[in-house]
Amino acid sequence: MKPRTIIEKIWDQHLIHRENGKPDLLYIDLHLVHEVTSPQAFEGLRMNHRSVRRPERTFATVDHNVPTAQNRETKDSISKIQIETLQKNCKDFGIELADIYSPHQGIVHVIGPELGLTQPGKTIVCGDSHTSTHGAFGAIAFGIGTSEVEHVLATQTLWQKRPKTMQIKVNGQLGIGVGAKDLILAIIAKYGISIGTGHIVEYTGEAIRRLSMEERMTVCNMSIEAGARAGLISPDQTTVDYIKGRRFAPKGAVFEETTRKWLELASDEGASYDRTIEIDASEIEPQVTWGTNPSMGASINDTVPDPESFESEEKRQAARKAITYMDLKPGTPIHDIPIDVVFIGSCTNSRISDLRQAAQIANGKHVHEGVRALIVPGSYTIKKQAEAEGLDKVFKEAGFEWREAGCSMCLAMNDDIVPSGKRCASTSNRNFEGRQGTGSRTHLVSPAMAAAAAIHGHFADIREFATTR
Amino acid sequence: MKAFQTFEGLVCPLDRTNVDTDQIIPKQFLKRVERKGFGACLFYNWRFDEKGNKKTDFILNQPDYAGASILVARDNFGCGSSREHAPWALQDYGFRVIIAPSFADIFFNNCQKNGVLAIRLDERKVETLIGCASQGAFHLTVNLAEQTLTGNEFKEKFDIDPYQKELLIKGLDEIAITLNYDNDITAYEQRHAM
Repeated sequence: MKPRTIIEKIWDQHLIHRENGKPDLLYIDLHLVHEVTSPQAFEGLRMNHRSVRRPERTFATVDHNVPTAQNRETKDSISKIQIETLQKNCKDFGIELADIYSPHQGIVHVIGPELGLTQPGKTIVCGDSHTSTHGAFGAIAFGIGTSEVEHVLATQTLWQKRPKTMQIKVNGQLGIGVGAKDLILAIIAKYGISIGTGHIVEYTGEAIRRLSMEERMTVCNMSIEAGARAGLISPDQTTVDYIKGRRFAPKGAVFEETTRKWLELASDEGASYDRTIEIDASEIEPQVTWGTNPSMGASINDTVPDPESFESEEKRQAARKAITYMDLKPGTPIHDIPIDVVFIGSCTNSRISDLRQAAQIANGKHVHEGVRALIVPGSYTIKKQAEAEGLDKVFKEAGFEWREAGCSMCLAMNDDIVPSGKRCASTSNRNFEGRQGTGSRTHLVSPAMAAAAAIHGHFADIREFATTR
Repeated sequence: MKAFQTFEGLVCPLDRTNVDTDQIIPKQFLKRVERKGFGACLFYNWRFDEKGNKKTDFILNQPDYAGASILVARDNFGCGSSREHAPWALQDYGFRVIIAPSFADIFFNNCQKNGVLAIRLDERKVETLIGCASQGAFHLTVNLAEQTLTGNEFKEKFDIDPYQKELLIKGLDEIAITLNYDNDITAYEQRHAM
């Protein structure tokens, strides 16, 4: 049999109907739902007297616009309606909801893996582009729009054109103080934000194999920032160990049998991809973005580039617009960029290992005068774990705000907003104009780099503090 | 879904690459639970200053482009967030056709589901189109059946996936189509012992 990639294996397993000249009809194993992109879909079901085909394959939470202040009281009446609408929809259609006061509440892409809902070989969708996160487990996971949310609710399927495949092979090892966030930012800086369009990316290579599950999630999370339909990593023992014992994971003898099937999903030796890119992990340095899309990035010891140095007029024009918006000057060392706000959170970097790294930097230090620094754990579970480890104390003593779980300042749909003209070092995934608040300026970094920026009031090379990765 | 056959409208050039969905509709407007009414928020931070006054330098605010219904932009239009509010906002504002050399995948699908025709046209032709539209008062006729774009001297064919074309022309409800495969879905579920 012809060697196949994991992408082809999962795709073929989920095929319900194939016909020349049409997209494939694929079965969807898991549908994650949140308050922002679902109300119109449920409304559509009601208007057409349709029901949810498989409520037990659907799981909902509130994350995008929930407050992260301790009392979690929603003052914004429109947000409140959106949250209440999801509560009603879940009740009416029989869908489990990790509601605001639930011990399972959190960012949808954090709680899926945490609960063991995310498993190798599954097709997973959600009305959110960062659904690619779940690919870390060797699943085909991708973001969809609200019409497709409605389609999945009604039919548990989607019509999908078979995507092309791309391998991003990361050779060698990441250096000390260089993490998964730096890796994915460096890939996007090198290849751009549309390299992955029309493709599902599989990350392979020694550096990927060495990553923990949480680090793999960070990498896959930002696949969409490279334009990819989805990003995934073939499952291995690291994957299996992470899933074992979680609420929705198979139990007992079934677990052993399922594990065998999961491991067989890994791409076959000699499988071919439509495109392959190779990079050397050892060359990657801690990254900081300077512009208004995730590809506009540099290493910590670089300077803000001169827009005139770019090869095409299109890129020169984009860079000029970006540095004007960011209020930066060409030639300024990245180190010297002053910071007003620090946000450690989001579906990219809000997991326990992210918080541990940040806490290691913050321990015994203090947030620089004039800087507001927030820690927003990705889920209630992570928050409790961090508190059990005493990380909350480290952060609070260092002058960080310790908040409740949610998407928060990644997209600033709630009250966690970067004021206009202010500059934020953020562990999130997008630095688009106004992303963290109208007129806000975002620099994307790793959790350790964000914590270091909070302490120094400007960017700093984390490797000056780090001893281990 | 509203059927799409032929359409004639004023063309507005948006001479930018990588227009992301956060620009098309900023997040503060995603809290509504309806599909309608997003047009007022389209490109909000580009159209309005912090006091809510129109920014006169933004192209959609220029009198020449009042009533524009065909948007032409550069590469990778609609990148970023999966929010379907982006095509809802474009459509609610009055845009029925978006032309660019390339689109982000999710945005492209979302347009399709709403009867907004997203046309991929090669860079050279988009360049010409932006040139024509920059003079103002440039109208284009889009014929989906013939796959043609016509306006003054400008005459080009465009490619589209035949299945997408059929759905758009007939304005079909995709869920209703899929429900015809109910037996296949059930058989799949039984085979996989769910």
